Amino acid sequence: MPSATLIAQSVLSGIFVGALYAVLGLGLTLSWGILRQINLAYFALTFLGAYLCYQLAAGGMDPLATLLVIVPAFFGVGMAIQWVFARFRVSPFNSLLVTFGLTVIVESVIQWIWTADFRRLESSYGDVRFRLAGLYFPLPELLTLALAVALSLALWAVLRFTDLGRGLRAAAEDGSIASAFGVNQRVNALVLSGVCAALSGVAGVCLALSYTLAPAQIYGWIGVVFAAVMLGGVGRPLGPLIAGIVIGVSEALTMALTAPSWAPLVSFALLIVVLLLRPGRE
Amino acid sequence: MSIIRSAIAAAALSSALILAVGTADAATSGTPVRVGSTLALTGPLASTALVHQIVGEIYVDQLNRGNGLLGRPVEWIVKDDQSKPELARTLYEQLITVDKVDLLMGPYATGAILSAMGVAQRYNKLLIHHTFGIPSLAKYDAQFPTWSLGADPATTFPNTVFDALAATTKPPKTIAIVTSKFPSVNFMSLGAREVAKKRGLQEVLFLEWEFGNREFGPIAARIKDANPDLLWVGAIGLEGNQLLDAAKKIDYAPKFHFYMYPAPGPMVQAPEAKNALAATIFEEHPPFLNNPGAAEFVKAFRERATKAALPYTGVETQAAASFSAWQVLEAAVNATRSLDDKVLAEWLRKNRVDTIQGKLRFDGPSNYGDDLMRVKQVQNGRWVTVWPKEAAAPGATLVGP
Repeated sequence: MPSATLIAQSVLSGIFVGALYAVLGLGLTLSWGILRQINLAYFALTFLGAYLCYQLAAGGMDPLATLLVIVPAFFGVGMAIQWVFARFRVSPFNSLLVTFGLTVIVESVIQWIWTADFRRLESSYGDVRFRLAGLYFPLPELLTLALAVALSLALWAVLRFTDLGRGLRAAAEDGSIASAFGVNQRVNALVLSGVCAALSGVAGVCLALSYTLAPAQIYGWIGVVFAAVMLGGVGRPLGPLIAGIVIGVSEALTMALTAPSWAPLVSFALLIVVLLLRPGRE
Repeated sequence: MSIIRSAIAAAALSSALILAVGTADAATSGTPVRVGSTLALTGPLASTALVHQIVGEIYVDQLNRGNGLLGRPVEWIVKDDQSKPELARTLYEQLITVDKVDLLMGPYATGAILSAMGVAQRYNKLLIHHTFGIPSLAKYDAQFPTWSLGADPATTFPNTVFDALAATTKPPKTIAIVTSKFPSVNFMSLGAREVAKKRGLQEVLFLEWEFGNREFGPIAARIKDANPDLLWVGAIGLEGNQLLDAAKKIDYAPKFHFYMYPAPGPMVQAPEAKNALAATIFEEHPPFLNNPGAAEFVKAFRERATKAALPYTGVETQAAASFSAWQVLEAAVNATRSLDDKVLAEWLRKNRVDTIQGKLRFDGPSNYGDDLMRVKQVQNGRWVTVWPKEAAAPGATLVGP
């Protein structure tokens, strides 16, 4: 019989990994739901962000301070991607193909610069953990959780309460009507695309703090993050957080109570169940 | 999706896809002897395949600085199989029928080697390979392994590990076996399970996870709960580090801990891997360095690996098995003065070859010889062989918890 501590610690692990799914999925859900672009390149940008964080930290910079460099740079990259998409009128389906190509190119660039060998960010954050009621709370995972919650809530608030958010939602509903009401779709889309790419940069820093990196790992995250985005509802900033934590905790409990090899089935089983029960859900 | 990926990867990496290594030297003349192989230059296995690429380049350069093969220069044609066994099959077919190579060299990893073996068998080509993990699957009589696992490593190697531990002052009484389902480590772990039972070790936990698993927190928590004297981890690549990372986060340090095939660099560099045990066929210390050519190879590898920006530049199992494969190929060609696959295979079945990991023979089941796998341990930030005694680093013994 597993101990209560084992189960509680496993739930905690699930929450932490779910928070990482959320940070990874935020850009994808907003881009998919609002810009109608299924942008796989965010996964590659996440890893590029992680490698940049590793490189800058190896040069003596605090890993969290690397966000000051990575976030603005990636915001620019996101805007550039959107400019190209708008210029060539890339359709939602083609966006999937084009961004997949971008992902492969970015992977190759990463491998060219950092080789295919493993890279590990060594930082003082990795050694810090707190103990409360017999449970352990590692600092990198706590930071990821805090960032996931803060960013999800902030984006939810922006979309709900600001003119920019209302404009973006209106454009996603009906672009022509939104334009008729004075919504500048082009600028809004550039800003949102920049934000989505910047979120990938944040996810990269979170990833670098907790995981050893290798270029080919990019593809290992796509399935489960897609599941979190779809379960949470495309275009909803709180969706990946809630669904990510549900998936993470379910996987962790599966590992703690049954055979760990069954865990990968959980996210997709949950997705299938939701799609069966609510087939109209995007 | 994989087709698109392949196409784009082909365009983006065209310069990396086909590497022709080797230049003619004054000592060699005539048309080059063409040796063809694939390696996983991209994809999930790329980090290790890079080691084999460097070793191949070193060896071919070395050959060309000398007499090449039969006095002819050697050209190594290596294609990127993208870590996909099905692509390796196509590329080996291409190497034989389009590139018309004289000889084949095996790719990296069991799946790709199995694919290459099928092609080699169809064309009656000799296949020397360096990283095949499941000897019982090697059915082709002209395939020759240079990773000296022995014919039944799932029995012989766990016995080596348990012998090593039994010789310590406080031998383990309980064992937890946790393992990836990656085939070449899973079958070793299942073997360890049987051997442990026969030797009276009490199994307190057995777990399997899918290869590619990212979250090791709950697995570490279950191991901590079971509190075994010995933790056997059927890990390949980074999995060992991931498990140790997760254990560290819950303040758990295993007592004795063994990892099947860990990524050598990340593990030796991780503070939490102190005293971790693993399998090896070669380490950078005597008696291995006393084998002819070993010291020079270690130096050359370090230089090239540093130049290639590899974070870990030491020679261990992967590089040594790879180097041995080239040594075996050269020995067979020189001894027979022939490039005929049948003649070479015939010679290899009857003769032993000196390599940097020791003398290899190919006259056992599936052309396997002795199990030359040893046990190494992380001590003071470096890998040292600790068992058996005759292979141990000078003065090194297995350190307990």
